[in-house]
Amino acid sequence: MSVNVFLIVAVGVLFGTGVYLLMERSLTRVLLGFVLVGNGVNLLILHMGGPAGEAPIIAEGVAASEMNDPLPQALILTAIVITFGVTAFILAMIYRSWRLAHGDLVVDDVDDRRVASGAGSPEEADEEMEAQPADTEFEGLR
Amino acid sequence: MLLMLAVYGLAAAAAPWLVGRLGTRAFVVLSAVPAAAFVATLTTGHGARDGAPYTESVRWIPGLDVDLAFQLDTLSWAMSLLVTGVGALVLFYCWGYFSDDEPGLGGFAATLTGFAGAMNGLVVADDLILLYVFWELTTIFSYLLIGHLTTRPTSRRAAIEALVVTTAGGLAMLVGLVILGAQAGTDRISEIVADPPSGSLVNVAVYLLLAGALTKSALVPFHFWLPAAMAAPTPVSAYLHAAAMVKAGVYLVALLAPGFAGTPGWRPLLVTAGLLTMWVGAWRALRQHDLKLLLAYGTVSQLGFLTLLLSIGTREAALAGLAMLLAHGLFKAALFLTVGVIDHCTGTRDIRKLSGLGRARPVLAVGGTLAALSMAGVPPLAGFVAKEAGFTALLELGSTTGVLVLAGVVVGSALTAAYSARFVWGAFARKAGVPEAEARGERASFLLPSSLLALAGLVTGLAAGLVDPWLMPYADTLPPTAQPYHLALWHGLQPALWLSALALAVGATLFLVRDRFERLQARLPVFADAGHGYRGLMRGLDTLALAMTGRTQVGSLPVYLAVILCVLVAGLGTTLALNEFWPKVRLWDQPAQAIPVILIAIAAIAATRATKRFAAVVIVGVVGYSIGLIFAMQGAPDLALTQMLVESITLVVFVLVLRRLPARMGALHGSTHRRARAVLAVLVGVVMMGVAAAVVGVRAAAPVSAGWADLAYSFGGGKNIVNVALVDIRAWDTMGEIAVLIAAATGVASLIFIRRRTGAPPRIPVDVYAADPDARDDDPSNDDRPLGPRAWLLAGRTLPPENRSIILEVTVRLLFHTAIIVSLYLLFAGHNRPGGGFAGGLVVGLALIGRYLAGGRYELGEALPVDAGVVLGLGLMIAVGTGVAGLVLGGEVLQSVIWQWSLPVFGEVKLVTSLFFDIGVYLVVVGLLLDVLRSLGAEVDRQGVDRQGIEADQQ
Repeated sequence: MSVNVFLIVAVGVLFGTGVYLLMERSLTRVLLGFVLVGNGVNLLILHMGGPAGEAPIIAEGVAASEMNDPLPQALILTAIVITFGVTAFILAMIYRSWRLAHGDLVVDDVDDRRVASGAGSPEEADEEMEAQPADTEFEGLR
Repeated sequence: MLLMLAVYGLAAAAAPWLVGRLGTRAFVVLSAVPAAAFVATLTTGHGARDGAPYTESVRWIPGLDVDLAFQLDTLSWAMSLLVTGVGALVLFYCWGYFSDDEPGLGGFAATLTGFAGAMNGLVVADDLILLYVFWELTTIFSYLLIGHLTTRPTSRRAAIEALVVTTAGGLAMLVGLVILGAQAGTDRISEIVADPPSGSLVNVAVYLLLAGALTKSALVPFHFWLPAAMAAPTPVSAYLHAAAMVKAGVYLVALLAPGFAGTPGWRPLLVTAGLLTMWVGAWRALRQHDLKLLLAYGTVSQLGFLTLLLSIGTREAALAGLAMLLAHGLFKAALFLTVGVIDHCTGTRDIRKLSGLGRARPVLAVGGTLAALSMAGVPPLAGFVAKEAGFTALLELGSTTGVLVLAGVVVGSALTAAYSARFVWGAFARKAGVPEAEARGERASFLLPSSLLALAGLVTGLAAGLVDPWLMPYADTLPPTAQPYHLALWHGLQPALWLSALALAVGATLFLVRDRFERLQARLPVFADAGHGYRGLMRGLDTLALAMTGRTQVGSLPVYLAVILCVLVAGLGTTLALNEFWPKVRLWDQPAQAIPVILIAIAAIAATRATKRFAAVVIVGVVGYSIGLIFAMQGAPDLALTQMLVESITLVVFVLVLRRLPARMGALHGSTHRRARAVLAVLVGVVMMGVAAAVVGVRAAAPVSAGWADLAYSFGGGKNIVNVALVDIRAWDTMGEIAVLIAAATGVASLIFIRRRTGAPPRIPVDVYAADPDARDDDPSNDDRPLGPRAWLLAGRTLPPENRSIILEVTVRLLFHTAIIVSLYLLFAGHNRPGGGFAGGLVVGLALIGRYLAGGRYELGEALPVDAGVVLGLGLMIAVGTGVAGLVLGGEVLQSVIWQWSLPVFGEVKLVTSLFFDIGVYLVVVGLLLDVLRSLGAEVDRQGVDRQGIEADQQ
């Protein structure tokens, strides 16, 4: 098999622009990047299916060898609908974050930053442990 | 034996219920299980004595040659008696020890019973893997039991310590077991020990096993977890940390000794560790004021002694070790239970607060003293008999090393005698200046277990000669020394007797000068504290983990993504650079392909530069439609159809949400690191182009789908191969996919609806129907006609007039039903022509969008007045139902069944069961879109109206 130059150029452009947007902080741009990468993946799979051919529908006068590979098509079909589902989900997230925080920003994880700054060291947790154990299991009795 | 273990399991499962019904009396019922096991073990013991041990075996994992194999040889038998006997008494003892209102008592009872079963299984298991399973079960149960008092930090820490130390050893042991099993070619322990393999790999395996034994039995340097484990309730300490679990390590040494005592390093390692442990434990015990801690360190010391004896590997030493094992189990359990009683009736275990208890509680004092005398090695108790046998065994070695070790053991015994005296004095003596203890009255039954155990120590000591033949078969598996030795109370005036007397005398002296000795101990520096070492190690691990987390988890998603992408570029880039199979190149399949590709390139690059939200969405939409064109040209009509539909819906849904957001993106926070991101993005793009080219070149196998055309028609009953693939050949994938769609729909609804997300979309409120002059005055279409069939769209009049478009309403009214028909056509025709459940469902979605856009949020409820969740659930149910039907009708899940009839009007009608699967898919897609619309459309509208209302109120 040979490579379709135009198709793989489209794949490259979609991946490049997609990941560029994915690395943004604005959630809307991230979503757009996600959609672009999703399209890029679909094209990549389509390209693996070989050159253009007849539609994979059994009909008089069409040999199976002339058809475009149906397997990648089935994979892409489900991928298209899933991408829509995830898109709707991210949109709901954008709306929620806008309602709550008036921003659609991907912020840094506060806890991670705290760990990175060295806070919350294990030393302090140990202090209470050094307490002398009680000499009875029946404290309530006395 | 399998039956017996099953009974343990059942009893453990029923324990919480029993405790709920009977309170603490449940323990009496539960104690019947180990008691029954005790009797059963006792009656099968003669086989071991006569050289024909009882065995039992059931295939478990044939592929790995793992069996549920059990064997009751002398060692197992003796251990079983100890485990079940003490277990029954301890469970019985719990009845008096706990009160009904003890928190978590049901779980505790279950855990303790389960532990007794696991321990019993451990000592009778004859399969390496089975042994390991029981071994780790005891670890986990012990963890739960130590941590019973969950509110106490010391208890939690002790539990974790015990778990970490013993599991670490257990894992090492697992590796050793696997190596040993592989080298020996069998997993049967009895066979391996009888015919041990050899070689350096086997030696490594044995060392790993010993790591397990040393940690489990709390030998130096792992001894620190045992005293800490005294945070457990006293019955647990009595059972796990005296009689049962810690003996598992000793048992392992005893089990392996006949086969592997000659392993290089075995004796030096175990004897040294044993002796050191004996000293350290006894030394520490002499400093304790808490009776329980005193016994705990005493246990550490005794475990050292036991390991030492059993590791030597001569007949005499083995006999002495086994006898000591039993004697120790009896007296130590009795002592712990005595301490429990003392704690229970006086409220303290501190010897500085206890005074005069001996006179107040004579029965308790007699039992405790008997047990302590056995521990010290005073005749005629079991401890004396065993210890004397041990001295003799060491003397019989006849080597200088033997004498040196003997000297060490005598020193240890002297210390043991001293802390035994300290125990008796501390618990029962009257002390000057300490007020007499006030002791509550206790039921006689509460004293029964400890008294019985103490008495058993006396009886076995007196009847040592009768016990001997029952233990001898184990000792006989090891090489004898000069003279055959037998357990007996009186061997005459032998050196061993003088040594016993010496140890007792020194111990008594140490006790008499205890104040001075304590001051001496306090003055001596502590060279090393294993507990501190362990905690330092754990702190170091924590710090390291924190530093690692801090370095790698910076909390920024773009950074994480960039790291992942860099790895992708480097990894795939390297692979591509090494690739040798590059395919030929063609420009296009047809020149028209260039048009969508150029559109895609322009639009995608424009999308990265767009600052307005809507512009960006439209640009991305252009990309989507162009992709649809590519699909069409490639020979994929289904994909083209689906892509176009999805793209349109996506566009609308985008707009629904983005209308609530400001027009400009990133107005508050602009993009950063543009150049770096651009470089990485270009690299990713180039690498993916390389991947796209390379996968075509390296392809060697024929496509999976080669025969699908025939399969689709003959088995799937359809001409559209893609559709048949979705609903038949790859139906499992589709099943997973619709599950994902349902999850996405539920996620969307959960994010938007704050309180409640079930129920149908909102219908037109009643007050719109009612006469409401304010709302209607300026609405010409309203007049006085009731709302009804004559309105173009039912909910149209709920919109403000300036938002209404009659043309849109008319168009939607005309198209809606047509669209539904089209969707049904796509659904039913999809098996043979482009279409199918996905495309059909999407068309319904588009029709619903039309209704919503034209008529507002109430129109949705009028168009499809059902709960989206019900549609989703129904769809999934139908899809799953089809799968099950295939199982019933065709033999395989999701297999299609084809029916064909001739009908008068329609002619030949063919029905394939996978059509129902497709109907399920259709419904799921409709449900998804309905859920998305009512969330991102109707509910967002409502929240917008509410907010405006609130803001208006505030002004």
